This record gives sequence, structure tokens and C-alpha cells, in this order.
Amino acid sequence: MSQIPLFETAPHWTVTELTRYLRQVLESDSSLQDVWVQGEISNFSRPSSGHLYFTLKDFNSSLRCVVWKNDAMHLHMTLENGMALEAHGAISVYEVGGQYQLYVDLIKPVGEGALYQEFLRQKALMEAEGLFDLSRKRPIPELPGRIGIITSPTGAALRDMLNTLRRRLPLAEVILAPSLVQGDEAPVRLVAALQNLNDQVNPDVILIARGGGSIEDLWAFNDERVVRAVAASKIPVISGVGHETDFTLTDFAADLRAPTPTAAAELATPITVDDLKYAVVQMRSTLLETTQSMLERQRVKLGTTDFGLRRFSPARRLQTDRQRVDELDHRIETSIRHRLELSILRTHAQDQRLNALNPLEVLRRGYAVVSRLKDEKLIDSVKLVKRGDDLRVRVVDGAFEVNVTRKTSG
Amino acid sequence: MTKQKAVADLSFEEASSELEALVATLESEQKSLEESLALFERGQALIKRCTELLDKAELKVKQLTGEGTTDFEGE
Repeated sequence: MSQIPLFETAPHWTVTELTRYLRQVLESDSSLQDVWVQGEISNFSRPSSGHLYFTLKDFNSSLRCVVWKNDAMHLHMTLENGMALEAHGAISVYEVGGQYQLYVDLIKPVGEGALYQEFLRQKALMEAEGLFDLSRKRPIPELPGRIGIITSPTGAALRDMLNTLRRRLPLAEVILAPSLVQGDEAPVRLVAALQNLNDQVNPDVILIARGGGSIEDLWAFNDERVVRAVAASKIPVISGVGHETDFTLTDFAADLRAPTPTAAAELATPITVDDLKYAVVQMRSTLLETTQSMLERQRVKLGTTDFGLRRFSPARRLQTDRQRVDELDHRIETSIRHRLELSILRTHAQDQRLNALNPLEVLRRGYAVVSRLKDEKLIDSVKLVKRGDDLRVRVVDGAFEVNVTRKTSG
Repeated sequence: MTKQKAVADLSFEEASSELEALVATLESEQKSLEESLALFERGQALIKRCTELLDKAELKVKQLTGEGTTDFEGE
């Protein structure tokens, strides 16, 4: 019985004590309290408590995992069986079941890190090549007549862009070049759509867009072929891929990056239909004002001529000098006076003609503007018309045509 | 000046750029009364055309196919 004393020196523990001891051992090992574990989800369950339970497996082991409700709310992905992921948390023991498990607080999909590394590598290469240089960026036209759109014909992105364009610039014409926007075939299709728009349609600007999705969903927009085609486009390109926080290499190669498809449509239409309406109203008042002030200026000029003729005319000088130059021929004086009077008369006639031509004020008072129909020559003398001429009479609210049947000299 | 297109045939871009040029001419150049009146009338017609086009505008959407473009109705 020599073995008994040895046996008796070993601790006698209850199951609970042992389990608790194991738990303390695991929890006191700091390297087990901050671990990333990679595996595939199985036995996933989400009971009404809100906590999540699953098993992470790889080819020959498995690990029980728990996500408490509070942490579950902050996971940025939906878990399901078969999904490969990396889970972060602390190892401890569930005493009731006597099982060690991982208490998960963070989760990320496997491969995200690898994709992101690839993204950075390609970005650095293309950047070094100068594909993203600011000097390459072409200006975006302010008022595009024709807008090319490359996106899925069935996606929400297209609907959002069309609604935005309809609201902001319904004058424009949209040419859709439909394309796949995710999957292996998407890059080839996107490149073809860009080339077709460049070669066949030649729009003023091209929008290349896709709604939000995972980094894998957006991956076609990081494809080197697509990025190079965007950089090589003769027509300016605006990209609107994913959401605000998504950046793709296409965004860097585009002439302008919009955070969303809707924003791309907005950036493509810096001038809206409302701006245009306002501009037309502005031009209308400028037209009215300049016409009015031109007429006013001419009237003032004629008035000045009139005044100048009266004040500085040779006739006046002749009058004041007459007493000292009494040998001056009376005939010359009358001749000059006659000419002066004629020019004053002519000035007045022009002044009246000016009033009659003022389309804004005078037509309203019942005057009319008469022009010859065939050459639009303004008629201000009976000498300009003959019997049978067709004339156009413009009154304040429109015009009508008349035929000359008789003429009388005034 | 070359013979002008009828106002009703002008696109918005044509009508508005002609209107802009016309207003600039009126502002900067001395024109005879007859010319000014003609410009004023043409300007009025251009404004009417622009306003009509802006009020009536509806976005045209076409789709690029293998052969050319067709109306897009897949919305």
C-alpha cells in the first residue's frame, strides 16, 4: 500500500473547485486574455437573450465562442454558419458546462486585411506612375448637354442619379451604358462601357457609379484595367462608388470623386434649371434697361445738339457783332439763319422719331411702328412706300400686316 | 450678319448664348435706332424661347446598345 501516502498528499477537490481553479489559471495568463483566433463558424445560434453562441472550427479543432448581447450590437457584420472570420476576445471557463470558451468582443472577416494590403500596393504603384496626378484632372463642364452614365441598369444607384438629374437639369440628355458592377466579369464590362461612351456617344461628362456594398462588392472598381480606362478617358469622369467612407482606385483616377451616386449626379450639374431661369430673368431686365437707356441717351444727345446749335451758332455771333461789323452782308446772315433753323427742325423731327420708336413707353400710348415686310426697313416717310407695298404694323401687344392702297404727302 | 435661325428652332444653349451676345452688343456698341429696335425684338423672342424650353424640359434617357442608342425604359 506504498502508493496510498502518495495518493493522500494529492489535493482532494470538488468538481466546482477544480473548474474554478482552471478558470483562474486561464484568466491569469494575459496572453489568453487578448487573442485573435481564426476559424469557420458552425452551430451558430442566437437565442432571445440576444447573446450569440457559435463554434469556431478549423480542420481539426473547435472552440466554443460566446458574444454577449452588448458586444453583439457592435459587430459590423452579420454572422452565419460557414463564414470564415477572425474573432478577438478572452479565454475563460464556463463553469456549469466545464468548458473553456472564447468570450468574443470583436470580429472581422478573414481576408479583409489581405484585400486592403493589395489595395494599398496597387495604389502606390499607380500613384508612382502618375495616374492620379492632379495635373491630369480635366475640368468638369458647368452645363453638360449630354451625360453618360455607367452603372447597373437595375440598381438603386441609377434611379437615384436619374431622379437627381431630373430635378436639377432636365434639359440634359442621359446616355446609359449599362454594365455589371460586381463579379469577375465586371471590370471588362466597365472598360467596354467607358470606351463605347468615348467612341460612340461623346458626352460632356461621364458618371461611373455603384451603390454601397462590401469591399469585395466594390472590388471591380479597384481593378487595374478599370482604373487605367478611367484615367485614359478623353471625357471627364466623375466617380460615385459605394458610400461616403468607401474609396476605390477608380475614385483616385477619376477627374472628380463623389461620395455617392446621388452626389455624382449633383457634381455633374453645378448649374441647375433654377439657376438658368434666374439668369434668363436677369438678361431680360438687362435687355429692357439697356434699350431704355440707349433711347434716353440718344434723346439727351439730340437735346444737347439743339442747345449747342442755339448757343454757339454763327448766327448768334453775327447778331452780337452786328453793330461793330455793320458792313456784313444781310444776305449771308439770313442764309446762315435759315440753315440753322433747318437743323433745329431736323433735330426736333429726330427727337420725335426717337419717341415713336421707343418700344416700351410709346407703343403703350397708342403709337405704332411701321416697317416694310420684305426687308424690315423702318418706314418714317411716305417716300419709302409705294402702292401695293406690304407693311408690318407693330403696336404694343403684337403686330399686323397691311397693304398700301393710297398715299398722300404731308 | 448671317441670316439668323428662326427662334423656334433654337436649342436652349443656342438661344441663351445668342441672347447673351445680343445683350452685350446692346450694352457696349452704339447702334442705330433701327438696329437697336431689331435687337430688342429679337431679344424678347429669345427670352420667350429660353423660358419655354426651361419650363417644358424633361430629362431624356437613352441606353447604349450594340447597334446604337434606344430609349431607356427600365426604370
